[in-house]
Amino acid sequence: MIKRIAQTAGFTGLLAALLLTLLQSFWVAPLILQAETFEKAPAATEVAHEHAAHGHDAEAWEPEDGWQRVLSTTGGNLVVAVGFALMLAGLYTLRAPTRTSQGLLWGLAGYATFVLAPTLGLPPELPGTAAADLALRQTWWIGTAASTAAGIALIVFGRNWLLKVLGVAILAVPHVIGAPQPEVHAMLAPEALEAQFKIASHLTNVVFWLALGLISAWLFRRNRDGQYSA
Amino acid sequence: MSIISSTSHTASSTATLSQRLTAAIVASILGACLVYFAGFSHIEAVHNAAHDTRHSAAFPCH
Repeated sequence: MIKRIAQTAGFTGLLAALLLTLLQSFWVAPLILQAETFEKAPAATEVAHEHAAHGHDAEAWEPEDGWQRVLSTTGGNLVVAVGFALMLAGLYTLRAPTRTSQGLLWGLAGYATFVLAPTLGLPPELPGTAAADLALRQTWWIGTAASTAAGIALIVFGRNWLLKVLGVAILAVPHVIGAPQPEVHAMLAPEALEAQFKIASHLTNVVFWLALGLISAWLFRRNRDGQYSA
Repeated sequence: MSIISSTSHTASSTATLSQRLTAAIVASILGACLVYFAGFSHIEAVHNAAHDTRHSAAFPCH
């Protein structure tokens, strides 16, 4: 069982991360690089200095633009993708997909949990965008993902209507509380670039999650316990 | 083909529910740790390395 989870998660993460890197390299990364030209411009306003403080730490290693940056982004994608795939494979041991196509539904649920719900309060941002305190935003993000996961699980698997209603309520809680917002909304990149980035980020993430769900369901069904005894 | 479809239910019932529950929880926690490390870590070098991953995935960044 453990071997089945590990194999599913490992290979799924690898394939989905490669797909994600490919999409990012052609679509998302160019927008980030373009936004950084505004952030690094000498005329950049104080917003950039406040919120790009991490860049001023002389000691911290930073990948150089080019192959180093692509490689380290690939690494980041790989860790994140294997992490998400582990969660999916773990859940499959409780609710095994009966068809590979059910993976698409799991992928959609993952997209809703980890992308759609958090971005309702904290939209995808280009470098150089003013935002509230990082720790506050991370806490809200994690809380939103957790409550969305719990909400969807109750709605889909709840046996009676009361549980489903409870699921909807849990789903709504973080949005009623509201995401932490900056005192002043400001960004260095032009609005058109930001709009383009939001679309690129969402579409890339949809494709990534659908691929993650589909590949994981396919591999999980393929690596049965009987064939690879744990 | 018939073997594959007939094992689909027996495979998931070979382990007990508590074993499966443990595996699911452990895998989810481990997965969450990986995502947290790459996407939410406050270590500067890790942040810089996974910077584009964070922005692309709409994780809170900076």
